Amino acid sequence: MALTDNHKNAVTLQVAGLKKYFPVHRGFFQRVAARVKAVDGVDFEIGPGKSLGLVGESGCGKSTVGRLILKLLEPDGGKIFYKGRDISHLSPREMRPLRQEIQIVFQDPYGSLNPRMTIGQSIDEGLRCVGLSKEGRKSRREELLEMVGIWPGAADRYPHEFSGGQRQRVGVARSLSVNPSLIICDEPISALDVSIQAQIINLLNDLQSRLDLSYLFISHDLNVVSYISDRVAVMYLGHIMEYADTESLFEKPLHPYTLALLSSVPKIDDTGTRGAHTPLKGDVPSPLDPPPGCKFQGRCPRVEERCRKEEIQFSRFDGDHWVRCWKASP
Amino acid sequence: MAFQKPLLRTEDLKVYFYGRDKISRAVDGVSYHIHAGETVCLVGESGCGKTVSALAALGLIPSPPGKIVGGRILFKGTDILSLDEDAMQKIRGNQISMVFQEPLTSLNPVFTIGDQIGEAIRTHETISQDALDKRCVQLLRDMGIPSPEQRLHDYPHQLSGGQRQRVMIAMALACNPDLMIADEPTTALDVTVQAQILNLLKSVQEKASMAVLYITHDLGVVSGIADRVYVMYAGLIVEEGNTRQVFGNAVHPYTMGLLASLPDRKKRGKRLHNIPGTVPNPAYKPDGCPFHPRCSHAVESCKTVEPEMIPLEEGHRCRCPVLAKKP
Repeated sequence: MALTDNHKNAVTLQVAGLKKYFPVHRGFFQRVAARVKAVDGVDFEIGPGKSLGLVGESGCGKSTVGRLILKLLEPDGGKIFYKGRDISHLSPREMRPLRQEIQIVFQDPYGSLNPRMTIGQSIDEGLRCVGLSKEGRKSRREELLEMVGIWPGAADRYPHEFSGGQRQRVGVARSLSVNPSLIICDEPISALDVSIQAQIINLLNDLQSRLDLSYLFISHDLNVVSYISDRVAVMYLGHIMEYADTESLFEKPLHPYTLALLSSVPKIDDTGTRGAHTPLKGDVPSPLDPPPGCKFQGRCPRVEERCRKEEIQFSRFDGDHWVRCWKASP
Repeated sequence: MAFQKPLLRTEDLKVYFYGRDKISRAVDGVSYHIHAGETVCLVGESGCGKTVSALAALGLIPSPPGKIVGGRILFKGTDILSLDEDAMQKIRGNQISMVFQEPLTSLNPVFTIGDQIGEAIRTHETISQDALDKRCVQLLRDMGIPSPEQRLHDYPHQLSGGQRQRVMIAMALACNPDLMIADEPTTALDVTVQAQILNLLKSVQEKASMAVLYITHDLGVVSGIADRVYVMYAGLIVEEGNTRQVFGNAVHPYTMGLLASLPDRKKRGKRLHNIPGTVPNPAYKPDGCPFHPRCSHAVESCKTVEPEMIPLEEGHRCRCPVLAKKP
């Protein structure tokens, strides 16, 4: 996606042609036997105060994208622009000030908090980076806890004293402690019960409008993504298959994979009648041995000879609706 | 079918878990029934007792610490709580079978899947090795597993998650059971594979006219497959009815709250309904209605009086005296 410099500065995050190939070592000398193309040319952007939903099945590379943006992994190709600045090859030292601006909320609220630290201490770690005094930290800590809906006195308690939903609130407070403008939410609600999920979604939405945050919302749950995101990118085996506004993606899905995903989501239907749908055949192929041509060709109901031979390009359908399927071209 | 006797009926089932200094009342008076060929869903959040109330029907409550302290479980008219282990073994896997959530941990990694499906059959029948192999291949073929002759000699780690779950279902179907209990069989799977497994379950159920007791927390799945639904909260059934009644005309505030809290595209821009608070710990359940601390309709009496199931219309009952009165 070619963009002017002006536009680059206006978006919070822009990712162009992002690639990550993981080496697979085999044999006595641990030679690189193959490469898993976990992320293979991913493009998208997130505007200020906007949410991008990144959906896909397990193993499609969506979490790897999140980690690449945070520079927890080094990209093997492509560029990451944060507020117009190319951060794709910054050294850890150069990255440090930016870490305050890009934060992450993890999936598992049980694994992502240190059980030996009170939640106050956990949040303090972030506040120290900002360089607050002891007094300043205390008041900011209370402010943060209140912001995520936890009574401020809880700062002296340990993670095991909280429920899953409360822990996830602490995780959110922790990521907010350094005043970020972009938060990567990596399946933030999948580990929570249904009645708690809505609480966290509402919290994320409130914080977004209050603090003008941008979210990269990584999830496999299409219902949640359709509720929370402004734009959606559908990933399959390291490729983005379709990228569009939430409305157009759900109203007018173009890629056969998007169609299949949407029709597989169980829907609540209070009339008691059930729509018949034909599920996709087969499983997601191993990323070690993806099919040639279009990555979806083995399961695609509309596959043709060309799909099996050619690498399919990611192209604009209309407006801001992008799709990686030649049959969908206008 | 209503005039027939149900295949499985539990009456006022109570299963408690005894800890060192506390008692967890995991299942606290649950009555449900399933007719032959029916799909019944037990739905609820983690810790509400849905799995325990189904495991009790197979005599699989770990004891100690668990103990069935009250109630009856009638399978084809006999109380299976009074059966000894030998008699139970004849029912388990043969007439009532089970599919678990996590296929990777419920399959034995050191035996081939042929061995494991075969074991289920050999436990209940005397059969030659040739006939056994043929039957296993046929089962795998019915499950839609490609080249079943070769897969028979595979180990579980060589299969994908969806295929492993197909193997689990093949094992559960091996002895043509009358009832299959499926405990979150698709929760660990991706949506496209989940759709495949749900379709598979539906087709094998129709072919074998088998009843399915399906345990899940996913209301979308329930709405897609269930004939009747039981909504559980804190060890109790709070609402029951057919799918149309429970999803279209929910009466209990918990059911209504759950349905309203589900995100979807049509609710964009609006706040999601949210049920405040969290599920109570089964060892420290509130008095009265267990839902009252989170309920916006609660009145004074909810805090002290344990509510009864109140019939609403044919087959639709709910455990809320406040809302059930208003039609």
